[in-house]
Amino acid sequence: MTAPMLEIRNLRTEFATDAGRVTVIDEVSFTLNRGQVLGLVGESGSGKSVTGFSIMGLIDPPGQVSGGQILFKGEDLRTLPEPRMRALRGNRIAMIFQDPAMTLNPVLRIDTQMIETILAHEKVSKTVARDRARDALGMVGIPSPEERLRAYPHQFSGGMRQRVAIAIALLHRPDLIIADEPTTALDVTIQAQILAVVQRLARDHGTGLIWITHDLSVIAGLADRVAVMYAGRIVEHGDVDTVIRTPRHPYTHGLIGSLPSRNPRGQHLKQITGTTPAIAALPQGCAFRPRCARATEACLAAPPVTQTEGRLLRCFHPVTEGEAA
Amino acid sequence: MTLWIFQRLLQAALVALAMAALLFLALQLIGSPVETLLPAEATHEERLRLIRDLGLDQPLHIQFLMFLKGMVQGNLGVSYVFKEPAVALILSRLPATLELALFAVLLSLIIGLPLGLIAGRRPHSLTAQTIMTGSILGFSLPIFWVGILLIMIFSVWLGWLPSSGRGQTVMVLGVGWSFLTWDGLRHLILPAFSLSLFNISMVTRLTESGVREAMSSEYVKFARAKGLAPRRILTVHVLKNVMIPVVTVVGLDIGTTIAFSVVTETIFAWPGMGKIIIDSIAALDRPVIVAYLMLVVLMFVLINLVVDILYRLLDPRIRLQGE
Repeated sequence: MTAPMLEIRNLRTEFATDAGRVTVIDEVSFTLNRGQVLGLVGESGSGKSVTGFSIMGLIDPPGQVSGGQILFKGEDLRTLPEPRMRALRGNRIAMIFQDPAMTLNPVLRIDTQMIETILAHEKVSKTVARDRARDALGMVGIPSPEERLRAYPHQFSGGMRQRVAIAIALLHRPDLIIADEPTTALDVTIQAQILAVVQRLARDHGTGLIWITHDLSVIAGLADRVAVMYAGRIVEHGDVDTVIRTPRHPYTHGLIGSLPSRNPRGQHLKQITGTTPAIAALPQGCAFRPRCARATEACLAAPPVTQTEGRLLRCFHPVTEGEAA
Repeated sequence: MTLWIFQRLLQAALVALAMAALLFLALQLIGSPVETLLPAEATHEERLRLIRDLGLDQPLHIQFLMFLKGMVQGNLGVSYVFKEPAVALILSRLPATLELALFAVLLSLIIGLPLGLIAGRRPHSLTAQTIMTGSILGFSLPIFWVGILLIMIFSVWLGWLPSSGRGQTVMVLGVGWSFLTWDGLRHLILPAFSLSLFNISMVTRLTESGVREAMSSEYVKFARAKGLAPRRILTVHVLKNVMIPVVTVVGLDIGTTIAFSVVTETIFAWPGMGKIIIDSIAALDRPVIVAYLMLVVLMFVLINLVVDILYRLLDPRIRLQGE
């Protein structure tokens, strides 16, 4: 068996604050193969975006990736000098951001922003780069790409802008795309279109995809595997069908139980009580303990990772199969 | 675009008209020029003739129309002191002031932009903090004091640069320019620098805050995720966004710089409009004062127009639909 394309081992990222160093993500481990889609799910502040930026090497001071390994095709990205990391970024590893209104530079034309991406990694003429940019726009379903190349970002709708961002991410046929909530800022219909585009392109090119979202319903239709993050740690990780059908961690269980489609009509929606703890003041032991109905004395210690049937779990009292979801 | 420029020109004309009305009213407050013009031993007949010649016997609204007519014809009377047409007198001094002001603005960009970029890129570094503290000095030190200090250091102690006058000039388009000769350029440096000190500080601070804002923006993060070199991000992605407020403020400031070159011109004996307006105010030389003020108004209006156009070229978002 060959080594996976991406293997994250015990990744830890810390931020220096006035109150000392705060660990934002810790013990994050997962693997991703070529053509696979991993859904990274969690609430705001659970550390899923930080995980994405850590892989990209785009954590700025006062933040710092302080532990673990990011093995990309067998090479630890953390040990790469910045120029080599820059050569990978946008080339082998690309990223799509959350808000398409903010990611494109408002004062530069689309062709400028696309061509510079090509020229940053390849020695080709501007004409060739321009042709490739036009083809990429066509590939993500932008009508009359030749004309649209000369447009400015504000002349596009939100969905179209996100398509442009996706086209930019695809320019070099990357091995890995990290998509940080790319459909959150869009209408539901546009969301579905974007999902279809990305899914098709990732499958056609064998691109590995990390899809960061708080929307479990998106993950259910898109991902092969899912990792649920809570307070900077992955609490449950496994095949998407298994995890969504039979969630074992009380947090995942609560998330899925709170989906409107899972709740009978006319009743109050189920919810997880309480709020996400501040990352600087995590409760002792299991971070979910104060919100968890199943918590006991044992949960005052950090739960170890257990592995059953290809599923990783970080809980002392997992929900068993027999209980109602 | 053409229609838009036409509309802006119309607005400009209205502003000029309003300013002319204000100026005319202000002139009424200063009082009659008759006393300044007449010799002490003038007879009553001489006095009446002068009043008639100046049109001061007409009702006020007729006087205002005559004033406007003269303005449109470029005739604002003859200087009492120099016995020359006032407009021609001011215009003959305009190139010297323009040269000084434009050179000062150029300096503020050449010095201010790089300083702002350096400070904004690493806002917590010692270099950045030194630059930002220095810029406060540039804001708060009075121009006349800086001018005198510069003369003392570079002219008196070091003897590197001349302290007054324009030096050797070259005639181009029938006007003498200093910056085309080495000697003239040396004369230009000290006054231009002291005039630009405020602008340097302003451009530095504007650029710094613009760069800081842009560096933390999503589009810069996206540009980094595309694998672009830091240099390209700074000089293309960041700088083009930062230039929008800088061009606006600097453009508007050209007018102010011209109007306030008065102090600098006085200190460095720079023979521009500022010097002549001070002399004219002292002598109550009404036509010259009027000519100067109207010229400044026109210049402000024109510069505003140019800035608006530049602004549109820089920021595609405010260009009109259908262009």
